[in-house]
Amino acid sequence: MSHKRQIDRLPIPPADAKVQNVSCHNCIVGCGYKAYTWPRNKQGTLTDNAFGIDLSQQQNALGTWIAPSMYNMVKQNGKDVHLAVVPDKECVVNEGLTSIRGARMAENRPSKVTGTQQQRLTDPMVWRYGTLQPTSWDDALDLVAQVTARVVTEGSEDDLVVSMFDHGGSAGGYETTWGTGKLYFESMKVKNTRIHNRPAYNSEVHSTRDMGVDELHYQYADYEMTDTIMVVGANPLETQTNLFLNHMRTGMENGAKFIMIDPRRTVAVNAAEEIAGKENVLHLAIKPGADMAVMNAILTEIVDKGWTDDEFINASTFQGGVAVAEDAGQPAALGSLEFAMESARMSLADAAEICGVDAADIAKAAAWIAEPKADGARRKCVSAYEKGIIWGNDNYRTVGALVNIALATGNVGREGGGACRLGGHQEGYYRPSDAHVGRPATYIDRLLISGGGKIHHIWACDHYKTTLNAAKFKQAHKRRSDMVKTAMDNAAGGSREELIDAIVGAVNAGGLFVVDVDIIRSQIGENAHVVLAACESNEMNLTSMNGERRLRLSEKYMDPFGNSKPDCLIAAGIAQNMERALRELGEDAYADQFKGYDWETEEDAFMDGYASGNPDVTYDRLRAMGNNGVLEPVVGYENGKLIGTERLYTDGVFTRHGREDGKALFCAAGWRGWQAAGKEAEMAKFKFWVNNGRANIFWQSQFLDQDNDFIQDRFPFPFLEMNPADMDDIGAAPGDLVEMYNDNGATQAMVYPTDTARRGDTLMVFGSPSGSQGNIVNPGVNELMLPDYKHTWANIRKVADAPESAKRISFKSKEYTS
Amino acid sequence: MKCKKMVDVGRRQFLRGGALAAAGAAASTVTGGAAQATPANAQVDYPSDKLGNIGDLAINEPMDISYPDGDSPGVLIKLGEAVEGGVGPDGDIVAFSVLCPHLGFFMNYNAEDRTMNCPGHFSRFDVEAGGQQVWGHATSNLPQFTLRISDNGDIFAEGSSDLIFGRPSNVL
Repeated sequence: MSHKRQIDRLPIPPADAKVQNVSCHNCIVGCGYKAYTWPRNKQGTLTDNAFGIDLSQQQNALGTWIAPSMYNMVKQNGKDVHLAVVPDKECVVNEGLTSIRGARMAENRPSKVTGTQQQRLTDPMVWRYGTLQPTSWDDALDLVAQVTARVVTEGSEDDLVVSMFDHGGSAGGYETTWGTGKLYFESMKVKNTRIHNRPAYNSEVHSTRDMGVDELHYQYADYEMTDTIMVVGANPLETQTNLFLNHMRTGMENGAKFIMIDPRRTVAVNAAEEIAGKENVLHLAIKPGADMAVMNAILTEIVDKGWTDDEFINASTFQGGVAVAEDAGQPAALGSLEFAMESARMSLADAAEICGVDAADIAKAAAWIAEPKADGARRKCVSAYEKGIIWGNDNYRTVGALVNIALATGNVGREGGGACRLGGHQEGYYRPSDAHVGRPATYIDRLLISGGGKIHHIWACDHYKTTLNAAKFKQAHKRRSDMVKTAMDNAAGGSREELIDAIVGAVNAGGLFVVDVDIIRSQIGENAHVVLAACESNEMNLTSMNGERRLRLSEKYMDPFGNSKPDCLIAAGIAQNMERALRELGEDAYADQFKGYDWETEEDAFMDGYASGNPDVTYDRLRAMGNNGVLEPVVGYENGKLIGTERLYTDGVFTRHGREDGKALFCAAGWRGWQAAGKEAEMAKFKFWVNNGRANIFWQSQFLDQDNDFIQDRFPFPFLEMNPADMDDIGAAPGDLVEMYNDNGATQAMVYPTDTARRGDTLMVFGSPSGSQGNIVNPGVNELMLPDYKHTWANIRKVADAPESAKRISFKSKEYTS
Repeated sequence: MKCKKMVDVGRRQFLRGGALAAAGAAASTVTGGAAQATPANAQVDYPSDKLGNIGDLAINEPMDISYPDGDSPGVLIKLGEAVEGGVGPDGDIVAFSVLCPHLGFFMNYNAEDRTMNCPGHFSRFDVEAGGQQVWGHATSNLPQFTLRISDNGDIFAEGSSDLIFGRPSNVL
């Protein structure tokens, strides 16, 4: 029996309810919602209410409705208030559509009244007496600062390892990336740092930037005015839901064809067929890792057929052969189209062999992208890509191969064009220069596993669930942090100085002092010695931009839970304590570097960081721009409105690489088979490809969803999609728990029969709290430390019959049928 | 509703009319109570509406119904195999709202795999698993109507497990 809410009516917001802007903090699309709050003892009526409509009438499809998940009761200025977070029909991003993630924002708020999200942290905690004990901010921050100050002055800043998010949305935003950025890149020059989802501090898309093309240069409306949509290694119906439903769909309804390059048939392919008709959808179900080969063949076909946009190429791209040479830190040379074709040339026949698809279908894709129309007009094409190639084989050259097609066909900087990543989180990056980190950046996981680093500051990252080679990482991290726990236990009851001496002694002996900043107790946080309690968007004001650079202010409508704080103010607290601790150590000059954090609010941090570089932008102006915000970069303020930029590169001048000539470069994307170490041997040795992916129902690593009954009822365990015949081979029935194991480690999941999965191909949901796919991902990375999470092979065996919670759920096809 | 197997229209219209009358009676009771300043009950009072008789149902041939009023379309299905929440001698009779709890689109029944499918945004729900969303955008499972079978086999709806799309209260 499925989860029943047993709710048969909800409070109605009164006409005078407070209304605030909310950009959904979950995925990169950032749908607009309105937060209604009103006093506990007030309510509207069926005919007199905040929506101004007659609620005694059944609303039509797309009508205004508060689903139970959109309601909660939260604290606002210390008082309990009703909260309803409902989709904004006026927001151009979603026009009233919701997602299964965004429509649960209200119920995923912490509430002492309704009991939701009681896992949220209320106070800092410090390791004492064999467990994590709540404490004051002063106590926790002092310990962090004293230990950090001792270690970096006795050794160097290289002894401090920092894992920190770099994104917008819930735990990110311009406020918080600036707070951490100023602390670690300005007050300090920390180079041993990594980002939440990869083992180094680096771009996910170096090549497109090196080619001059920023990865987010279009606007979502471009999908509505294009002739062809090409998606590579992405599943936008699940992971950028309302981009697909409100923009790609409109494009297809306007006549656009849809190409999907992905080994797996997804619900996005099925939905595209429903919308556009099967005859207008081309799914190139390539072999794993062969994306570059198929895109090179498409480019070759376009070049050989003379379908290139020569006017654009001549005016806006580099003409002189090689511009950047390949070397150990440069995975491919860059230069003119002619030069790039010397290595990127791939015949249809060769690509068909490598990719396992028909040559005619590859030719059809090329024609759909670039064959001129009957009247001679050029076709427009938007290309979109995400983790299938970002976390795929040969990241640099593969992303480059995709951007090559867009540049060769003049589909950058023009209406109905673009070659953009689809993204995961919203963005919100504003930090001092990271040039000191270097390129290639340090492989941080390898550093930690091999005993490097003495202190680990972690900001809203849970590598237990979301890194590669995770089995080895967890063992090392736990062993090293346990050394410090033991030292702290032995120092219990002593003085502060004795405690700090004990910690410093332990880290000098190979231990790791761990500080975890998060909104919940995460899995890696169990290794922490200090936990700092953060809040997230709408418990604070927070600015981010979405996947079309749409900047909005998502407003604070409730209090932070307990004594939790915005990350930027936690960073400020660390800095202020560092300044004091360093002075006590006699390091006055160093201490002076930690001045400039006298922020009272997140707005102060925003003004100190983002607004210093974008002086037209203020909270008040953003608030007035509402849920439609402004497309970055902001270029002015006139007549009470911020002036933005509809799309980048409309002048045909490319700047992301910093070249003064403004010419875009092509990538010499020569196919070289499996790029990352160990992949080819692993494929040969193990029976099943264990791909990983996302599901629309979960946000990120389920950090809030793990405490959401509706979600956990549907998937009590991470699912593994598997062909039914493969299930027969291993003796597994739907819902049975199976173990995937290889030379890297092992993990487990609940098997989900999937007719559309090819024999030998499986897919496990990524980032689950009860089964980390990263355990079996090998440590292989590319030249710039980008991991290849997607290519993992393992053997699979049944370990248990379906547990009771798994017996009750549906194992039917996820594909809609008309 | 675009059911692949439809019951005859005459019976459906008859039943829908019956449901409307019952809902009207329930609504007037509530209004009367409010006018006299009587404290409202904590729980919504659901009408008891006759949807049909066991003898009217054939296995996997959905019958269109409305509940708890004529503006709330639903479906009554005899599945042929006992399911959790199923009623009747075989434990296999279930009833659900057919308005998608995502954004209220009218859904189709796929008799082959026994799912409700939303043409609006491609969500689907399993009528053999208590209306669980198999895949989709809704944040609750499909509202399932509470059924009672009388001695003569008449089937009555008397409640709903979840809030029906497009209304702040299941009984308006």
